[in-house]
Amino acid sequence: MIDFARNVRLWFAPEQVREEGHTPDYRFSLANERTFLAWLRTALALIGGGFAVDQFLPDLRWAWRVGLALALLGAGVLCSLRAVNHWMRCERAMRRGEDLPVSRFPALLGVVVAIVALAMVVVVLVGWEG
Amino acid sequence: MSTAETRDPGLQPERTRLAWRRTTLASTVAAVLAMKTALHGGVSAVGVVACALCCVLWLAFLLLAHHRIRALAADTVPEVLAPRHATAAILCTVAMAVCGAALVF
Repeated sequence: MIDFARNVRLWFAPEQVREEGHTPDYRFSLANERTFLAWLRTALALIGGGFAVDQFLPDLRWAWRVGLALALLGAGVLCSLRAVNHWMRCERAMRRGEDLPVSRFPALLGVVVAIVALAMVVVVLVGWEG
Repeated sequence: MSTAETRDPGLQPERTRLAWRRTTLASTVAAVLAMKTALHGGVSAVGVVACALCCVLWLAFLLLAHHRIRALAADTVPEVLAPRHATAAILCTVAMAVCGAALVF
């Protein structure tokens, strides 16, 4: 948590990142940037999914619809914040020559998406019966 | 120093540029869906404000991406992405989600 707070400070203070270690091969930095962008796209897809649930499932009960939409939007926000945090951690690890940080987040997101997908199946089945 | 000599055979800057383009496209889709939500069920003051906000956020993201794409398109070795930029891109995304959460209710 303290690590996260320090990272958040670094998001806004790029010159402090440059003070640490040495600049890695620019290709590694670009690969890191692409990974960041891929996570950002995942976040945007989750947010778009939240809007889509709200718009394209109008027959759903209000609580289900809003709950699912908010869950997807929340997952999108988490995913984007984590994307920039992980990018920063990787960038710093590369500058210091350390191992890249490991993360539980992909597994967590996978489980959450699976749960939401199952919820959707239930919702669709219940919705049809009703 | 010609471009051919400095060109990276792995085409890393080009790939990164295309990644920015894909991300811009994803943000466009999210913005369009957001605007559809905002203007769903008739035009209201809140809807129009939310729609305008989403437009501004999308434009901000577009400008960020364009700035970065131009930096990557330069002949020299590209600069590392500035954390400011990454944070700004993230903030656009988060703001759009917050806007959406407000609209869904």
